Amino acid sequence: MIHFQNVTKRYGEFTAIDNLTIDIYEREFYALLGPSGCGKTTLMRMLAGFETPTEGKIFLAGQDIAPVPPNKRAVNMMFQSYALFPHLSVWENIAFGLKREKMPKHDIDDRVEAMLKLTRLEKFARRKPHQISGGQRQRVALARSLAKHPKLLLLDEPLGALDKKLRQDTQFELMDIQEKTGTTFVIVTHDQEEAMTVASRVAVMDHGKIIQVATPDRIYENPNSVYVADFIGDVNLIEGTATPNGSDAYAMSWHEGHPPLTVKSPNAFSDGQKCHLAIRPEKVAISSEQPAEADNAVQGRILDIAYLGNISTYHVELPTGAVIKAQTANTRRIARRAFTWEDTVWLSWTATAGVLLAD
Amino acid sequence: MNRMSWFNAVSLTLGFAFLYIPMVILVIFSFNESKLVTVWAGFSTKWYVELLQNEAFLNAAWVTIKVAVFSSTMATVLGTIAAYVLVRGGRFMGRTLFSGMIYAPLVMPEVITGLSLLLLFIGIGLDRGVFTIVLAHTTFAMCYVSVVVSSRLVTFDRSLEEAALDLGCSPAEAFRLVTLPIIAPAVISGWLLAFTLSLDDLVIASFTSGPSATTLPIKIFSAVRLGVSPEINALSTIMISIVTVGVITASLVTKHQVARQKREEQAAERA
Repeated sequence: MIHFQNVTKRYGEFTAIDNLTIDIYEREFYALLGPSGCGKTTLMRMLAGFETPTEGKIFLAGQDIAPVPPNKRAVNMMFQSYALFPHLSVWENIAFGLKREKMPKHDIDDRVEAMLKLTRLEKFARRKPHQISGGQRQRVALARSLAKHPKLLLLDEPLGALDKKLRQDTQFELMDIQEKTGTTFVIVTHDQEEAMTVASRVAVMDHGKIIQVATPDRIYENPNSVYVADFIGDVNLIEGTATPNGSDAYAMSWHEGHPPLTVKSPNAFSDGQKCHLAIRPEKVAISSEQPAEADNAVQGRILDIAYLGNISTYHVELPTGAVIKAQTANTRRIARRAFTWEDTVWLSWTATAGVLLAD
Repeated sequence: MNRMSWFNAVSLTLGFAFLYIPMVILVIFSFNESKLVTVWAGFSTKWYVELLQNEAFLNAAWVTIKVAVFSSTMATVLGTIAAYVLVRGGRFMGRTLFSGMIYAPLVMPEVITGLSLLLLFIGIGLDRGVFTIVLAHTTFAMCYVSVVVSSRLVTFDRSLEEAALDLGCSPAEAFRLVTLPIIAPAVISGWLLAFTLSLDDLVIASFTSGPSATTLPIKIFSAVRLGVSPEINALSTIMISIVTVGVITASLVTKHQVARQKREEQAAERA
């Protein structure tokens, strides 16, 4: 539905968006994820019409939207600060956009009621924005931006101002509303957990470029670069050189005097090519004895244990000095911990547990 | 509460005495029976009665109010637009120069402003009267309005305007429906400031007024040169009380609003 074609945006010398081409499909929940300053907000503001691309074109439903001013676009935005009009009540805030369309009075009433119901704000219709709590304000902002039936809804860090518990509840609410209304949502966030939870596709951005676009599970399990692997979740990165060893399999030598690691990878590597093995901590098993049938096993010393309630993370120092994180779920209550600080343990993982990435 | 140290108490008393004794004396003597300003001869309100029968003073008061209302309204419109453009206009050519020029009249000696306006009016052959005073007052009050309004606009959340555009407003509608209602308190206080500036201006008014139009400050000033009469005291007392009531009302209203907003916000967070 949306097509960015070689879009570049420069502010003086600074390039915020660098020759970017992406497609966003109808009824999709699309997340733009990246550190602050990576250009994700600029991208969103270009969709809303507050910025114009320096080069390239943006198409919405086949139409070039460059000459269309923000007030004429079938795009609505939910602002990071919510931008609720402080002098208007909740009801009037939601009705604001509808009144601009010269919609008949009773249609406005119906639509606002429907929006209030959708966001469970019926009780607060007459209140002013400063008379309701942060979570309620956030819902007013959502209701207001959805009221006009936009083809596309932009959400700029919509949950940034909420505390963690409320944020999680709201994430599910957002997904629910997105499914009910069938609107295309584009969300900008720097919170990878939020992007993974709500989005159907995630675009990881850095320095004005899209690094990878994929579903949350593919982004997590099959990152296409060290940057994405490192940005999303926790990861162990082991550097080495690859040697082909059968179909899709490689022997990765990573440290002299240690047997090479066995890795399966769909990405092709040439003999002796430098590479990184990215492996998630929860895919590394920890044991006191050398596991009999593991593809890879290394010995190390426990440096640190982080107890997080549901899981524990062990920081294990290898003889090479590298530190590998291994995670185990605490499936039993008051489990006797098998390992403690300074213990010598074995870490093991299968050949398919990690991803082999180019330098 | 801690008791004040003697030093603080003395400084406070001296300070307030310095500020208010002249006015208190003026108010007391406005109720003096005697025609002699400096001799107390018993309580009377006769000077107020006489004042209300003095055509010249009443005319001057009427001119003053007309001038103040018109000039402060024009100054508010122009000053608000200037402030909006300077804060929101982005980096257009000569922006720094313009903002400097907006503030320059604030520090310009009134005599010079008055004189230059006088020369201008003579130069373009404009007859001096109420209209020229209104123009002159608009000129200098506009700067004050734009200072007050731009200080509010600087802290104004830009995304509110963007939200209005996003919801289908044209830029003009966004200004009328969102920006203006929100900055209204600053615009109103700008208007009040312009109004009071115009009310008590003597220097610029005397340069730009003609024989047909005399404002109250000019009238008082010329009357006092012939000797202070108790009528002037009475007039001044009325002006003082109007200003006092206005200031107290305004501050009470603001205080009440702030307190209410705080209460409601706390209630909302608890809910």
